[in-house]
Amino acid sequence: MNDLKFSPDVCAKCDTYDCLMKCQYMDFDLESAKEERWKLIRGEDTRILYDCVTCYACEEYCPYNNHPFYLIVERQEEKGIHPVPKPIEKSQIRAMAPRGEITPMKVHAPVINMCYFPMMLGTIRGKLFEGASAIVGSDIFCNLMYLHFARNSVIKERLPRMIENIQKNYLEPSGVKELICYHDECYGTYTSWAPAFDIKVPFKPIHLFEYLYNRLLELKTEIKPLNLKVAYQRPCSNRLSPEIDHFVDDIFSLIGVERVERKYDHENALCCGGVFEAQQKFDLMEQNQTRNVDDMKEHGATHCVFNCPFCFWTLSDLVSQKGMTPIMMSDLCHQALGE
Amino acid sequence: MKKEYADIIHRCFRCGWCKLPLNFKDFNCPSYLKYRFESFSSGGRLWLIRAWMNGEIQTSERFAKILFSCVTCKNCVEACAMPKIRQYLVDMVIAAREDMVEQGVIPPGVRDYLKAVSISGNAYKMPQEQRAIWADGLDIPLYSGQEYLFYVGDVGSYDEVGKKMARSVAMLLKKADISFGILASDEITDGNEVKTLGEAGLFEQIASQNIEKFKGLGVRKIITLSPHAFNSMKNEYPKLGGNFDVYHYTQVLNAAIKDISMAEVDLKVTYHDPCYLGRWNNEYWAPRSVLRSVPGLELVEMDRNMQNALCCGGGGGNFFTDILGTGPDSSSRVRVKEAIDTGASVLAVACPICYRMLSDAVKAEGLEDRIEVRDIADIVNDAVAV
Amino acid sequence: MDRIFERLSDIVGSDYVSNAAEERFIYSRDPGVQRPHEPDYVVLPNTTEEVQKIVLLANEEKIPVVPLGGGLVLSGLSIPLKGGIVLDMKRMNRIIEVNEKSHYAVVEAGTAMGMLSAYLAKHYPTLKNSLPDAPPVATVAGNVMIHGSGHLSQSEGGFHSEMVTGLEVVLPTGKVVKLGSCSTVPYWFSRAPLPDLAGLFLGWNGTTGIITKVGIKLYPRPLLNDGLMFLTEDVDTVPDIMFRIVNTEMCEDLTFFITPKPAMFEGFQMTIISITANSDKEMRLKKEIIRDTLKDYYESKEAGFVPIPKEMKAFLLEAPQKNLSAFADVRKGGGFEYVGAIIPVEKIPDAYRAGLEISARNGITYSLGGRMIGRGHSFMFYFAYPFNRADEDDMNRVRQALDDTNHAALKMGGIPWKAEVSGQQLILKQMWPATYEFMQEIRGLLDPNGIMNPGNWEVNP
Repeated sequence: MNDLKFSPDVCAKCDTYDCLMKCQYMDFDLESAKEERWKLIRGEDTRILYDCVTCYACEEYCPYNNHPFYLIVERQEEKGIHPVPKPIEKSQIRAMAPRGEITPMKVHAPVINMCYFPMMLGTIRGKLFEGASAIVGSDIFCNLMYLHFARNSVIKERLPRMIENIQKNYLEPSGVKELICYHDECYGTYTSWAPAFDIKVPFKPIHLFEYLYNRLLELKTEIKPLNLKVAYQRPCSNRLSPEIDHFVDDIFSLIGVERVERKYDHENALCCGGVFEAQQKFDLMEQNQTRNVDDMKEHGATHCVFNCPFCFWTLSDLVSQKGMTPIMMSDLCHQALGE
Repeated sequence: MKKEYADIIHRCFRCGWCKLPLNFKDFNCPSYLKYRFESFSSGGRLWLIRAWMNGEIQTSERFAKILFSCVTCKNCVEACAMPKIRQYLVDMVIAAREDMVEQGVIPPGVRDYLKAVSISGNAYKMPQEQRAIWADGLDIPLYSGQEYLFYVGDVGSYDEVGKKMARSVAMLLKKADISFGILASDEITDGNEVKTLGEAGLFEQIASQNIEKFKGLGVRKIITLSPHAFNSMKNEYPKLGGNFDVYHYTQVLNAAIKDISMAEVDLKVTYHDPCYLGRWNNEYWAPRSVLRSVPGLELVEMDRNMQNALCCGGGGGNFFTDILGTGPDSSSRVRVKEAIDTGASVLAVACPICYRMLSDAVKAEGLEDRIEVRDIADIVNDAVAV
Repeated sequence: MDRIFERLSDIVGSDYVSNAAEERFIYSRDPGVQRPHEPDYVVLPNTTEEVQKIVLLANEEKIPVVPLGGGLVLSGLSIPLKGGIVLDMKRMNRIIEVNEKSHYAVVEAGTAMGMLSAYLAKHYPTLKNSLPDAPPVATVAGNVMIHGSGHLSQSEGGFHSEMVTGLEVVLPTGKVVKLGSCSTVPYWFSRAPLPDLAGLFLGWNGTTGIITKVGIKLYPRPLLNDGLMFLTEDVDTVPDIMFRIVNTEMCEDLTFFITPKPAMFEGFQMTIISITANSDKEMRLKKEIIRDTLKDYYESKEAGFVPIPKEMKAFLLEAPQKNLSAFADVRKGGGFEYVGAIIPVEKIPDAYRAGLEISARNGITYSLGGRMIGRGHSFMFYFAYPFNRADEDDMNRVRQALDDTNHAALKMGGIPWKAEVSGQQLILKQMWPATYEFMQEIRGLLDPNGIMNPGNWEVNP
């Protein structure tokens, strides 16, 4: 059950090798990419499984939407490879386990899925989220983070229950059909990972950015342009929904913000480094963070805009140290409305 | 004692975090600072209340003093290490006082205060007709549908420095073109201290009387002179059906001050947070913001400020009952010395009780030539007058 | 009016003496599970001279004197087992001197650890004192007297008693002595090069005299602090991990904890490495060196450094640790007591297993952990058991567990620290007999009337 929809044929016929050739963390020439890809398809041991830093990017690079990253994770787990030390993996799986404390609650649209970030609930306020219901907690947590731990099995086990929790306790009884996903990770779960593993999603996921954009359009007359130059820190999970990226520009143009054209944005975005730390790749973490933040600074950004709270926590100190202001996208939009 | 408190009072560990502010500067519990016996610290008091409830100690004058010397300043609530019970620490003391009041064994100062309020409608046993003497010559209308009711309270009506403060605030509200009226002789006490002293029944009676009166007059917004009245009207009156928009005068001023033109002053000021504005109602910024908007005014902080502020010692009814007294270890005297350490020449206050307590302390310490206690409105007024 | 009360009032003023039921109640107990004993009087002296007069009076009247600092040992060392006078020293809390260049402070005995720390932060921001994880009202003198330890114990010289540079003590006969350099010159820089008499008052639980002033070492306060958490699942690796970290000499404080809750921690050992530095460069280097020393552990995937969210890091690096006090509410009951055993570093796994076994056997929950003392010279291992103060059975279970733990600690080669009276007896039973005799001879010489905290350090109290 829940087998990955991966086509070996499509993969075998691909002559771009984009998944590996574009990888920012592993070096391949065409020849070695070809060789390692074959090993991956056949389920053989390959250095990909050991060197992958789990940045999700190859999901975006694959021209055929054939889920190379999910395949890597499947193979890692099959072979008992642990990108993160075992006690940390275990501890994290326990830490985020569903507590089974969910009870039905009347909600009203827009319903904002805050994933497992109760500390972020304060941002659901003001005109942007007028009348919104926010839902949060271990019982609705997408669990996609276990991709970083090579534990697709945890997601497979937990996600159907989470989906049912959301649907049965919140959406269905209240007649709500759409779920606004605050975190890219949830949106990616419902639009990419779940279909890839043939898990049905009974509601319509909407990315936060799409919601913000539409809401700002409605509030257009109240927007005071911020006149800021900002760097955008694209999170790993946005790799699962690259089609959303244009909303960043759309929102910025509405609120008078310039997204600096820098090296490490869009397809070339760098991981915040938080995952590298868990993987004990400390040098990589530091190099990556330094070049990322220096790049922001060099391109004249005064602010760094985040959507992923994890990226925010990982990078905000460094961003501040370099004289820039770290800010969440939702807060930036609040500011544009003078709140 | 109410079950909700009786069920948790044993959960105090008496670990002593409550004695200090969050920055550990110095003892920050006024009654502990003064008496120095463990029994007068927040934890000691709670343990004794529990012992009293269990019959391990008996009602006594000493115990009553321990109970009523708490100034309800909530330093202990800020500093307590027990997240699940800390918010109830002062409530438990008040609940024990209620039990004691019910038993009829209370210190004479408390009894006298409650009696005065209940008979005269104010703590000073003064005729109600003299309530608005402070407003003489200011041409302040009685409340009749203006935007705000300016509620002055007992200390603002009868105490000398309180009256001065009421005048300053009223003059400033006028300068800011704020539409307000007062109740004058129709005003009665707000009941905040009655409640903290444990006379729950009398409090309800007073609050209901006020609510009815305010409603009858069509009052919707209230400006209070005292943070104590602010607290009861904002947090307690709604439980009895009195839902008004309640503001402390510094909040209203903060919103209006940008429209008031002021001349440059040359003043170094430190601000003393009143407990009932700060720790009780989380308003630390409005008073500071008003002060900062005075051109030329330099605002400096004492080591203990905001959540860590040392209470003047007048809270929880002590202003009237004087259980803590005025000795060298009284918190008002410690506090003015702390203000001196900042190098400020003015100690700004936003509460008539703090105003009186700290003014007296400056005299007791002989510091009149080094620091002056002034109310925020007075400071702003002077800048406007210049 | 009682004669002793009057004479005490003459000494300290009537406001600072009590024999009222309320004070007798409060001073009869501490926050742990030891049984209460009421004092006859509680006295709050303000000067050494007052302490001296009180001691002379106590000798005359042959009544016990029990000095009290913060009152936070939890093992009842300031409970007046035989009544008498409890001397609450906290009015004597003046910070007398800070010698910046020679790195010491002289404080009165009632000075709180937290207050000294706040004073330094304001007036001498480049210096700090070692803070124990007791609440900040714990006193400097009380803590050195019990051989306490704190967040500089690993990097800066061991137990707090080892950081003492001098003492002023009122002897049980009323004589005031100065010990250390302050006895000879106006400076309190060290106990050397004189005959070291300070040891007569450190670790004696107030049975040899009353400390009225302490000279205590101060240390540099680097600008930055940060922390690493190393997670292991095999406790037998912990001594080696600690050994390696200590030997890098890169960390300031080294502690670890074990807790069944929250679930994410159950079954793991969390080693907390606190690092200070004066620049980012220094901080990065120190972290790198520490990480490198454990490289083979994390590369094996059997252990690793856990990324710690900022809030949690602040929580872990907080000194003193407020959450340790909050542990008292685990049983919704306002109490815990612990055996802090000083053990050889290699015995950490034994202590860990003993703690789990004892708490399971007694049907109670636990928090285990500890702190490295010195550069790997010994380890303070705590076995903390929370109880519900409103439930006598619960308290009895904890009493039993504490007793079991004292036995286990001694058996594995450790010694319970600041042990309650019954623990002290266990220690004395195992002590070289001549040593015990020597202790008693010293006490007899110093305290001919046996007034000082009687019942402590006695085979038959």
